[in-house]
Amino acid sequence: MSAITAETSTVYVPAPEALGAVLAPGARPPRPSALSASMTFGWRAMLKIKHVPEQLFDVTAFPIMMTLMFTYLFGGAIAGSTTEYLQFVLPGIMVMSVVMITMYTGVAVNSDIEKGVFDRFRTLPIWRPSTMVGYLLGDMLRYTLASTVILTVGLILGFRPAGGPAGVIAGIALLVGFSFAFSWIWTMFGLMLRSEKSVMGVSMLVLFPLTFLSNVFVSPETMPGFLQAFVGVNPVAHLVAAVRSLMAGTPDNGEITWVLTSGALLIVIFGALTMRLYNRK
Amino acid sequence: MRESEKTGLAIEASGLVKAFGGNRAVDGLDLRVPAGTVYGVLGPNGAGKTTAVKMLATLLRPDGGEARIFGRDVIREPDAVRGLVSLTGQYASVDEDMTGWENLVLLGRLLGHRKPAARDRAAQLLEAFGLTDAGARQVKTYSGGMRRRLDIAASILNTPDVLFLDEPTTGLDPRSRNQVWDIVRIVVAHGTTVLLTTQYLDEADRLAGRIAVIDHGRLIAEGTPGQLKASVGAGSVHVRLRDPSQRSEAELLLAKELNAPVLLDADPSALTARVPGDGADHVAAEQASRALAELAAAGIAVSDFSLGQPSLDEVFLALTDRPAEKTAA
Ligand SMILES: Nc1ncnc2c1ncn2[C@@H]1O[C@H](COP(=O)(O)OP(=O)(O)O)[C@@H](O)[C@H]1O
Ligand SMILES: [Mg+2]
Repeated sequence: MSAITAETSTVYVPAPEALGAVLAPGARPPRPSALSASMTFGWRAMLKIKHVPEQLFDVTAFPIMMTLMFTYLFGGAIAGSTTEYLQFVLPGIMVMSVVMITMYTGVAVNSDIEKGVFDRFRTLPIWRPSTMVGYLLGDMLRYTLASTVILTVGLILGFRPAGGPAGVIAGIALLVGFSFAFSWIWTMFGLMLRSEKSVMGVSMLVLFPLTFLSNVFVSPETMPGFLQAFVGVNPVAHLVAAVRSLMAGTPDNGEITWVLTSGALLIVIFGALTMRLYNRK
Repeated sequence: MRESEKTGLAIEASGLVKAFGGNRAVDGLDLRVPAGTVYGVLGPNGAGKTTAVKMLATLLRPDGGEARIFGRDVIREPDAVRGLVSLTGQYASVDEDMTGWENLVLLGRLLGHRKPAARDRAAQLLEAFGLTDAGARQVKTYSGGMRRRLDIAASILNTPDVLFLDEPTTGLDPRSRNQVWDIVRIVVAHGTTVLLTTQYLDEADRLAGRIAVIDHGRLIAEGTPGQLKASVGAGSVHVRLRDPSQRSEAELLLAKELNAPVLLDADPSALTARVPGDGADHVAAEQASRALAELAAAGIAVSDFSLGQPSLDEVFLALTDRPAEKTAA
């Protein structure tokens, strides 16, 4: 009731003095730097999380479910003991869950881009990719949150990483960094495809083979040759190997370099494609 | 010196074309908008208004022709143009999930203000637009009028040289519409050039110094509101007679007095005549009242009459029925 009366009881009359004061042309500040504009869009992503906290459900409930499910489903059968299997599988599940969550970036971009507010953003004299970088900065927070949730569940279940806190933090940092790079694929699809549904569809099509046909659950030696070949070029498999090695306290520099290089390539290629589509929209 | 303090043309477009597939939404449009004025772009739904505005605001790349904003080319220097213009789109260009205050602070930051300055500016704007109480609420809880005000507040955050308002009052109640009109008048008085699109002749008439009438992506007339109305006739007088049998007599009289064709309505006692006038409302009113006096003198009793402004439909009918050279220059 009170919200309604507040609006109707005092009728707004545009006052020339008050409006004149805000219209008086002060010096326009210089345009913001690329970093500052990106951080501002990152702030927008945070505000969106604050106003629609339900969206965090995806990044908490889903990873918990994955961890419990795979540890108990495969633990006994594959390794004979769930605690032993957990040491192997937890970094993999963490990678898998976070990489899966990246697809929400595409969905968010797709549902947001049709809104009028994007027309405003695109008429601002700012570094053009900052809008998209802002999304991904917000998403990095979600990835970090998901990783932390999984780590916590893992620690409760008996995960004892030999790499200690430093190894775990390094592993999560690599994972979040790679996911940032990987998300540019989804910003591209988010801009390219017509509906949220089709973005979801394409995401599943890409993500299922990348995450399941990998070394997340079992070591690739047991796989037939063609699968081994696929796992060999699957960036997610390399990411799993790199994160696993960091958390185990035995960093595998070859795998880490592979991950960093492919991440850089993903940004260059899909970042460029995203911006092409963004400028055309 | 601000661009708006220079004189001359704020917007200069020639031969603008944009096609979506085979549909030429904008088809060779020329516009010349003098600096420091309100310019109305009038046209029905689908005429190409939004498409034209989007090209001028660097959101869409023209397929042909060229356009300059204060001499800056929208295709070759989009970033320079973006520094001069701002746009209030047809559909709210604010973020519904965020609060009014957050929307303005976000934009202030993106326009280069430091955090404290962006916050001050947001508070000032909310105050000036009567939104202080609503500032902490999410925009999706706002009424249509409040949303529109926030949208305009966001657009003038940096006092742009050119402000595009795409159908700013469509869907608003009369009170909110009046508020928007007042705001536009104040904004233009402070030196910003306003290009406003509308479907209402009445709105363009009240606000704009000059009006471009467009249809199917083409300019069909351009001039001051007075010139346009003069080309159409100032309006129509609708007369209802007490005795339907006198209608043909009344028709003759009105046609003679107004020197214009008279239409017989479906209602057997009603007729409608165009009042030629010269575009000025008071002239039309005088002519209409003289015609009514003639009817009374001839013993034809009138039960009801009204004088209406020409509607956009009548403008179109008149403009598209006539050869181009007779329309207002
Ligand atoms: N993105 C688009 N894709 C295809 N057709 C479009 C698009 N935008 C506008 N049109 C078409 O272009 C014409 C002009 O549209 P628009 O500029 O929105 O007109 P107005 O704003 O005057 O109502 C219409 O026929 C509309 O259907
Ligand atoms: Mg439109």
